[in-house]
Amino acid sequence: MELILSIAIGIMVGSGIWLLLRPRTYQVIIGLTLVSYAVNLFIFATGKLTTGAPPILKKGVATTLANYADPLPQALVLTAIVISFATTALFLVVILALRGLSNTDHVDGTEAQ
Amino acid sequence: MSQWMNHLPILPVAIPMIVGAFMLVLRDQYRNAAVVLGIVSVLAQFCVAVALFGITTGRIPNEYENHIMVYLLGNWQAPFAIVLVADQLSAIMLILTAVLGLCSLLYSTALWDRAGVFFHPLFQFILMGLNGAFLTGDLFNLFVFFEIFLAASYGLALHGSGMARVAAGLHYVTVNLIASFLLLIAISVLYGITGTLNMADLGLRAASLSGDDRRLFEAACAILGVAFLIKAGAWPLNFWLTSAYSAAVAPVAALFAIMSKVGIYALLRIGSLLLPTGAPAAFSGDWMYVIGLATLLFGTLGILSEKNSGRLVGYCIIMSSGTLLSALGMPSVILTGPSLFYMLSSVLVTSTFFYLIELIKRTESFGGNVLAVSLEAFNTEDEDRSDYSGTVVGKPIPFALAFLGLAFFICALVIAGMPPFSGFIAKFALLSKALDLSQTNAATTTSVWLLVIAMLISGMATVIALGRAGIRMFWSSERLKPPVLSRREAFPITLLLMLCIALTVFAGPVMDQLSLTAKQLDDPGTYMKAVLNSRPAVISSHGGTQ
Repeated sequence: MELILSIAIGIMVGSGIWLLLRPRTYQVIIGLTLVSYAVNLFIFATGKLTTGAPPILKKGVATTLANYADPLPQALVLTAIVISFATTALFLVVILALRGLSNTDHVDGTEAQ
Repeated sequence: MSQWMNHLPILPVAIPMIVGAFMLVLRDQYRNAAVVLGIVSVLAQFCVAVALFGITTGRIPNEYENHIMVYLLGNWQAPFAIVLVADQLSAIMLILTAVLGLCSLLYSTALWDRAGVFFHPLFQFILMGLNGAFLTGDLFNLFVFFEIFLAASYGLALHGSGMARVAAGLHYVTVNLIASFLLLIAISVLYGITGTLNMADLGLRAASLSGDDRRLFEAACAILGVAFLIKAGAWPLNFWLTSAYSAAVAPVAALFAIMSKVGIYALLRIGSLLLPTGAPAAFSGDWMYVIGLATLLFGTLGILSEKNSGRLVGYCIIMSSGTLLSALGMPSVILTGPSLFYMLSSVLVTSTFFYLIELIKRTESFGGNVLAVSLEAFNTEDEDRSDYSGTVVGKPIPFALAFLGLAFFICALVIAGMPPFSGFIAKFALLSKALDLSQTNAATTTSVWLLVIAMLISGMATVIALGRAGIRMFWSSERLKPPVLSRREAFPITLLLMLCIALTVFAGPVMDQLSLTAKQLDDPGTYMKAVLNSRPAVISSHGGTQ
């Protein structure tokens, strides 16, 4: 499971960075989104990967992390998702403004010669 | 001691949040109400910051251990839940933020707050994020406050709209989003290894790491450091800075001057907590020093080659970041006090400079600046005007122009570090302490001399660049429009310059205080003890706290 997750994160970061370095604003925003997904998965993975383990204490089960999922990374990832969602929305506005002002979707606002 | 005093650390976050949220619902026709509210809010933040300063330095009697105020947000025993910690450094940064906030707000009321919507709420939110970042004792909470002031700064960077602002804003947003991702990655790895997000607890647990865990920890710290260095504008992560800062409207750019110091603050704070266990790369020692020197060099070259006056200030900020990073990267605490003094002086003066440049630009006739630049570049002399001298000589200098010229002159002296102003004292103290260091610690001789040479050369370059800019702006014969100076714009400039002069006059006591602050930073044990020993308030059955 760790291997699959790390490959998934790696592919997303890789394609995200490639897109970030492209000259079109749309590619940049998709790149940013991919990287943010990868980062969210990464945060999630720092709490150890478990299946079927509840994050809430249960009676009669020893209170070690072997029996439970770590709830804190889940809380962190929620915050990170909300923040990156908000900033991405803001970024979209900036992109649209630049598109409207410059009539091009190049990140510098002018077409490269 | 009153119960209310315990709640002081939350106020610098709560006041701007509540006021900003309220301003969101105010319609545009109540702009004057928003201005008054904003000023009241900033003044309140200033008073709270001064009170916190009084408490953390022991001037106001209190019962806190080592005068470090710890505020348990959820009333949970640390290291659980989020804590706010006010120590001397936090309090000083809060005062600085409030002063700059007040000046920028006053300045903006003359013109810029009407250039777009939601200026005032965004302004409050940026202050909220900055105050929070200076106060928080929790790593993830630091990220959240970073995002709050960044999100507000994205809005304010675009304030006034226009092609240049939006294009520079796009780059600014992209770079800072990537920096935030790096911050998140670093924080989550740190949590994965140490199992804590509390900065004090993190410093303690770092000591017990060994082998693979320690290596992973160092890697995470390096990523964390990179994220902070991006905010601080360190080379080679600062190419976005000059265009974003010069495109932003003056009152916003002045606030950005302190935003770049948040990165320095975070490096200083976390570096101080990790120091006893051997600070990882990027927080201390070789890396920070080398990056600082490179940044200083980049700023020096930039300021010499730059023709655009707005971008000139951007390079001044980069140079001040470079000086701070290289001085703080020195393996000794004695440089921290003078570095903090330099930071106060440079933040105050670069903000003033942003206001000034904006005012001076307003006096330039359209295209005048471009013409002056090309004249200089192609070395075509000004045509001989001696025939017309009668029309030029007999004119009185208007007050506004004299004011701008004098203010520019003082600013240039402070930035370049020439006597008699605070910039000189800051640089002199830095250099003399650095030379002391090289005498006591022979291993540092080379790096000390490199720092001395770099700082002197950068000062020289600043004199040349600002002298040239001053000549072009004030003596160029192309400028025709008489300057218009509103009292609301002159007041903040005067206030900030008076503060610079006050820093010069009271350099002794200020420096003593900052050395104490540096000493506190050098002894992170007190910070950790204060955080981890603080007990949650007991809630009585009546609901009141005891």
